[in-house]
Amino acid sequence: MLKIEGLHVETHGKEILHGVNLHVEAGETHALFGPNGSGKTTLLMAIMGFPRYKITEGRILFKGQDITHASLDERARLGIGMSFQRPPIVRGVKTRDMVRACMGGREDEEAIARLAERLNMGELMDREINYGFSGGEIKRSELLQLLAQMPDLVLLDEPESGVDLVNIALIGQMINELLQKEQKRNRTRAGLIITHTGHILDYVNATKGYVLLNGSVTCERDAHECLDSIKKNGYEGCVKCLK
Amino acid sequence: MSKVVRSSKSRDLAEKALEKKPALGEDIDMAKYSSTAEEHVYQEKPSKLPTEDKAQFMKVGVTLDDASQRSGTFVQMDRSVVHSSASGEGVEVLAITKALEKYDWLQDYWWRAVSVDQDKFTAHAEIDLQNGYFIRALPGAKVVYPVQACLYIAHKNLAQKVHNIIIAEEGSELHIITGCATHPMNASGLHIGISEFYIKRGAKVTFTMIHNWAPEIDVRPRSGAIIEEGGVFLCNYVCMKPVRSLQMYPVARCNGENSIVRFNTILVATPGSTLDTGSRVLLNAKGSRAEIVARTITTGGTIISRGYIAGSAPEVKGHLECRGLILSERGTIHAIPELKGEVAGVDLSHEAAVGKIAEEEVEYLMARGLSRDAATAMIVRGFLHVDIEGLPPELAAELRRAVDISEKELF
Repeated sequence: MLKIEGLHVETHGKEILHGVNLHVEAGETHALFGPNGSGKTTLLMAIMGFPRYKITEGRILFKGQDITHASLDERARLGIGMSFQRPPIVRGVKTRDMVRACMGGREDEEAIARLAERLNMGELMDREINYGFSGGEIKRSELLQLLAQMPDLVLLDEPESGVDLVNIALIGQMINELLQKEQKRNRTRAGLIITHTGHILDYVNATKGYVLLNGSVTCERDAHECLDSIKKNGYEGCVKCLK
Repeated sequence: MSKVVRSSKSRDLAEKALEKKPALGEDIDMAKYSSTAEEHVYQEKPSKLPTEDKAQFMKVGVTLDDASQRSGTFVQMDRSVVHSSASGEGVEVLAITKALEKYDWLQDYWWRAVSVDQDKFTAHAEIDLQNGYFIRALPGAKVVYPVQACLYIAHKNLAQKVHNIIIAEEGSELHIITGCATHPMNASGLHIGISEFYIKRGAKVTFTMIHNWAPEIDVRPRSGAIIEEGGVFLCNYVCMKPVRSLQMYPVARCNGENSIVRFNTILVATPGSTLDTGSRVLLNAKGSRAEIVARTITTGGTIISRGYIAGSAPEVKGHLECRGLILSERGTIHAIPELKGEVAGVDLSHEAAVGKIAEEEVEYLMARGLSRDAATAMIVRGFLHVDIEGLPPELAAELRRAVDISEKELF
């Protein structure tokens, strides 16, 4: 599904990622760990295709196609979707408008209403997107948009941050739905999740974990082992682990 | 209109102000324009008006073929009133010259909300009164469907001068859609429109004005409103089509306690257009409230977006919002919000922002699969769709339709 080979990415003239390799198969979900500033968000933004994140070397293959130079919207239409950690407020554009846009012009108001209800978003549908939303509301709104978009590759940037314990279960459930976790086989979707705390992994099963340190992957192993090791030995332990 | 006897005092004041330059906006040489035009025939059935003209009316929310959703209709072409009727209960729609003949008391409203000697435009409108409309809701009448009025220029180089009076008697409710347009032509013209609104105790008026002029037309509306105790005046203005110049700065006076005024303005300045507009509210009575919202876009033209709220009584509240988007390399938006508090206990605020569309917002929408153009269009559409509190749903739909039509031509 997603294959990243020797990826170098710079933003604001500074190289952030120095040759990242990563491979996510359909049906798999991988977790990205790493301290603040290690380049996790940069990696997701580069995969999504944000122009500010310039790929200087290496390539990104999605479903076998080289998308290294494809534009942001092309990638979205090919089936990559992302939940933003801090999405912008777009004045005058309602949450409902965004959800409709995510559905690519298919106007299925009933489906939208059902999704909104499940995510407890009813009241927010006719509000301007992200305007005055709480942290938890933003997360739910982002997931609602992704559920309307149904991308094949789901990129999640800290889906649990700022979410209370009750809502984290709901969010976990919705992510599982996005990733077809209820299907035991023949899953066609894949996910890549940034998590600081690992809490989301209690709800969403990730197979592989990566530790990013200073723009390079320093560890690649079972996600839960990876998390346990970080908890025990800190990120520094991961450096040794690789050696 | 010689039959109508109007006060000689107004006439004298007007005579003296015939050369008085306007306080704002480009001065206009009145001698360049003609004040005569051929008479147009009155139609009992407005649907009989020429198809070509009706198409222009439709664009500004005035529908003549099926007026079942309207409480009254007024159409003036050049100098001639070609139709005037009221179908709703408790509402009157008359040509202003007829109304002046019919009601002596109308003299008391004449030039009370607008000064006759404000500038040369008001003065010329008094000296050469061509016509205009009189719309009145009787006491307690709730006029469900809107009254529609259209002021139309077909004659090349005409200076059209109209004087409108709108009265909502105590406890009444009145909705008006006014569309101003021109025959599809490429000639110069001048429109001077005086509008005086009187909103009595507990009455509510929503007034939605949609302008669809032509690239060589100059427009100088002069409007004033007086709102009594508990009265509500919602005034929406939309101008998204090319016009050579437009200058207006209507003023609403909240003279009654707890009266409410809202001005919403949507402007698009295309290359070659200069729009100098704004709204003023004088909160003169305790507990009165005002909200002024302007959304302006330039695709190459010049916009001066003014706003002024003055509070001279306790417990008044006012908010002013000017937001402008510059969608091309050329184009100017000058936002001038002003607040004046004259007593303690006023609560006045404003926010103004002018700039281009934030790239971050465009990218957010692109990440959902929209092309750059589609994302930009969606943001602009959102920007222009102001939710107007208190506007009946069918009028909101009408306003949205008018915005949608023009918006499609933006991209």
